[in-house]
This record gives sequence, structure tokens and C-alpha cells, in this order.
Amino acid sequence: MNNLSFSNLLRRPEAGAFLGLVGVLVFFVVFGSTKFLEPAGAASWLNVAANLGIIALPIGLLMIAGDLDISIGAMIPAGSMTVAVLSGYYDLPIWVGMLGALAFGLIVGLVNGYLVVHTAVPSLIVTLGTLFAVQGLMLGTSVLVTGTTSVALTADPWAKFLFGQFLAGSFQVIILWWVAITAIFIFFIHFSPYGNWIFAMGGDKVSARNAGIPTTRLTMVLFVLSAMSASFVGMCQAILFNSAQVSGGMTFIFNSIISVVVGGVLLTGGFGSVIGIFFGTITFAVVNQGIYFTTFDRNWSSLIIGVMLLVAVLMNNTFRQMALTYSPKKKK
Amino acid sequence: MAGPILELENVNKSFGPIDVLYDITLSVHPGEVLCLLGDNGAGKSTLIKTFAGVYKPTSGTVKFEGRPIVFQNPREAADLGIATVHQFGGTFPLMSIGRSFFVGRELTKGFGPFKIYDRKAANEIAVKAVREFGITRIDDGDRLIGGLSGGERQSLAIARAVHFGARVLILDEPTAALGVKEAAHVLRIVLEARRRGLAVIFITHNVIHAMTVGDHFAVLIKGAKAADFRKGEKTREEITDLMAGGEAMAELEAEIEAYSTAHRGHPPPV
Repeated sequence: MNNLSFSNLLRRPEAGAFLGLVGVLVFFVVFGSTKFLEPAGAASWLNVAANLGIIALPIGLLMIAGDLDISIGAMIPAGSMTVAVLSGYYDLPIWVGMLGALAFGLIVGLVNGYLVVHTAVPSLIVTLGTLFAVQGLMLGTSVLVTGTTSVALTADPWAKFLFGQFLAGSFQVIILWWVAITAIFIFFIHFSPYGNWIFAMGGDKVSARNAGIPTTRLTMVLFVLSAMSASFVGMCQAILFNSAQVSGGMTFIFNSIISVVVGGVLLTGGFGSVIGIFFGTITFAVVNQGIYFTTFDRNWSSLIIGVMLLVAVLMNNTFRQMALTYSPKKKK
Repeated sequence: MAGPILELENVNKSFGPIDVLYDITLSVHPGEVLCLLGDNGAGKSTLIKTFAGVYKPTSGTVKFEGRPIVFQNPREAADLGIATVHQFGGTFPLMSIGRSFFVGRELTKGFGPFKIYDRKAANEIAVKAVREFGITRIDDGDRLIGGLSGGERQSLAIARAVHFGARVLILDEPTAALGVKEAAHVLRIVLEARRRGLAVIFITHNVIHAMTVGDHFAVLIKGAKAADFRKGEKTREEITDLMAGGEAMAELEAEIEAYSTAHRGHPPPV
């Protein structure tokens, strides 16, 4: 009976993510150095994790609900370009640019959600379409309006303080946003009654609708969340680096999906946890940045990420199977 | 016996030029199991969807507790306690028993925006409701649905419908995909629901299952009611023949018989 709590942990969706995180931490401490856990080292992967994590959370929820959103790859530069063009190029107050960036996220999210709900087209294809559409729209508009693909931005001190400062020299303030947003998501998904709806929807959409869950509205909300999160991250990056580029952001598509899957979310929906996605994101960021603390060549990191993804998926399958076949010991 | 809870009177239903239901008059009483038999495409699904408010009849009336009623949508029928349980419907393989039981009607504690899902109470109620239906193997509401057998999932769905106040239970082929033992389980639950005074509409292909639990039988052929009889009025062979479209089965049997006699007892090659 000693291992009872341990086996309980193994049946949870985040089990794989947690063990994976421990695994990669040990790996990089053994092959690299403990510098990696000191503030300067930790900042490097926490910054990556925070920017990625804010996007991975809503992507994970969409995946739990049985959908996918890859248009975030274009929404990140779109968010930074919107704030930079409005507040940098046109010199409008910074809050106008920020509202503009979030509003653009809202619109793209609604378009994604509407198309997914009202057509039979899979969300992967719909958002593949909006990915390219938004990318082209941004590039075209940027060249047409500003004549360039990179726009400078000087944010007000308060905006800089809230969204784009370095804490203690090297920690981006977005880390705090990430932690706060994770806490809010944990509450909504695992404690409020609405979380149940998302899992039910991913498990069986028709039954969920029959049970009285507003699946259409919920899907729209999730797409809006993911598009707005992406434009929020883009906005913060523009404020932090004082400029915005049209390109970039595409790596976030795969990286967020990897984080979510490593975090124990089932690709076909219905299973996963917010804390798992949180751990999955850190695991990904540690592997991504940890390579710099070792003597290995940088080029090996993709190999490690690929292997890690496969191991994580296999591990998560095993744990899910354990959860499914689990039945409590017969009381005699 | 009390009056019927749900009735159809001279109901016709057509989709465009295609007549699916033709002049159906059928009633179901509380504490009674109505078995709806018929081959594929006979109109069973359309009929139960008319009961459940998914379809409105093209002509004819639906009556609830003796009063004519027109359901605008399935929700209105559900609010009156007409619940449909599909084969694996209403259960989610990767959700816990407690959470699945309360999907869409989550049990909460706390106030305002800080209302939280009450896992413990939900689990207790769900397990208790299922156990009352004789599924004693379920004793932990945190177990995942996917770990249950088909019969247990079906039972859970029925227990859920009853818990949330169902008065008419429409079971759409609940035993079709189940093994012999599992099916027996579900049949027992159908009887338990009947004992509690629910009206049960039981759709099946399986004549034995129907005869085990049914009080009242209706056979549909090509959208029309071909037979309407009470328990004990017809034999199993008669019902099977009816379902297969009249004499088809008997003819086939006669053919095989004739072939066997002519070929020293060998069955005909397929």
C-alpha cells in the first residue's frame, strides 16, 4: 500500500510530463552543469517557456476539446505588427495599439471558430487557411503602409513595466503573466463546472450536445482564446524588444503542439490537464535551451526533442491505459 | 392502469416526397415496456425521434399525459422527462464516472464566480445511483468510463437519465453490441426502470430480448405498424416472421428444408 499515492499519480494525465521534466533536468545537470538551474541559466529557459506556455495552454484546451489551431503561427507576428504599426508608425497611444492587437486576435479567433463550427472542414485545414491568410495580410499591409517589414515601437513606461521589462536583469515579465494565466486556467478547467464541458466535448461531441452543453459557443470561445493569446504574446514581444517583424512565429506551431502532447494531452481529445501542459512546456523549453549548457553541439537539440516527443507519447499512452483499466482493490 | 403518458395518434411523417411513417397510433404507459421491433429502415429511428421531439409529425398528434403537445425541439421533450439513451450515448470514455454522470448539469459548491465542481458529492451520487440499478462492481466514482464494460456503460447512461428525472425512457438498441451476459444486465436494468414506474420504449432487433422484458409490442414494416400486441399473444417465430417482412423467413426455411430433403440432408451451398 506504500506505493498507492505513487500509482495514483501515474494515472493522472500529467504523470508523463512530470516524469519527463525530472528526466530532462537530470540529463542536463549530468551532461551540462548546475549553472543551468542558477538564475541566469533558469532565465533562459523560463523566458522561452513563458512565451510558449501562454500559447500552449489554449492550444491544449482546443486539443482536449478535439480541435487544433495552427493559425497562432501567424497571430504572433500579427500581434506585434498591429501594436507596432498603430502605436509606433502612427504614433497613437500605446493602449490603442494594444487593444488593436487583441481585437485582431478576437476577430481571427471568431473567424476560425465560425468556420469550424459552421462547416464540416476539420479545424487543421481551416486554421491552415487562416495561418496563410493572416501572414499574407500582415506582410501586404505592412509593406503597403510602412514600406518595410519591420517597425520600431517605443512603449510608454507603464506598458513597458507591465508587459516588456526584465525582472532581476534577465527574467521577462511575461513569466509572471504565464504563471497567472496558468492559475486561471487551472481554476476554470479543473475546478469550475465549465472544465467538464470541454472534456465532454472532446470525448463525444454529439453526446455533449445532447447533454445540453453549448458546444458551438464553447468552440468559438476556445478559438478566440488561442488567437488572442498568440496576439498577446506577439504584443509583449514588440513592447519588450521595441520593434516588430512580419516574419517569425512559425516555430511556435510545432513547439506548442509538442509541449501540449508531452504534457499528456491526447491528440484526439478528451484527456489532458492544465498542469500537464505547464510541465510539458517547461520540459520543452529545458531541452531547447539546455543544450547550450552542455558540451554538445547545438544541432543535436532537435534530435533530443524528437526522441523526447516519441518517448513522451508512448509513456502517456501507457499511463492512460493504466488509468482506463484501473479498478480499486476488492474489499474483502 | 393509469392512462398513457405518451401517445402518437395517426402520425404521418414524410421527408420531402418520401413517406417514412404511415398512420402510426401507439401509446406507452408508465410502468410498462413497449418494445419497438422492425428491420433496418422500417422507420424505428424516425418514430423514436418523433417521440423525443427531434422531428415534428407531418400530420397527426403527439399527446403527453393525454394532452396534445408539439415539441419545438428535443430540449422541450427532455424537460418533460423524455430521455433517449443511445447505444453508447451520454458516456465519455476518458472521463471519470462522477464527471460523466453530471455532464451538462455539474454539481457545484460555493458561490458566484467561485463555484467549483463538487467532485466528492458527484462521485457519491453517481455511484449510489448506479448501484441502485444493481451494478455493484462500480464503487469508485473516479474510475474512467473507458474501463467499464459495454453493459455497465449502458447501465450508467440509464441510471443517469433516471436520476435526472426521466419519466419516459427511450432505449435505442441498448443490447445490440453486447455479449449475452452484458445484455442480460441491461435487460435487468430495463425491468428495474419499469418497476420504478417509468415508461420504457425499447428498440431492438433481438426478439428474445424483447420477449424477456416487453409488456407491449409493436412491429414496424416500411413505416407502417404491422402488428400491435401484448405479451403472450404471439410466439417468437411469429414475431421473427413479422419483423423480416411477413413470410420471408418461413419461405426461406421451407426452401432450405426442401433442398436438404432432396440432397440427403446437406444444407444448400451459399
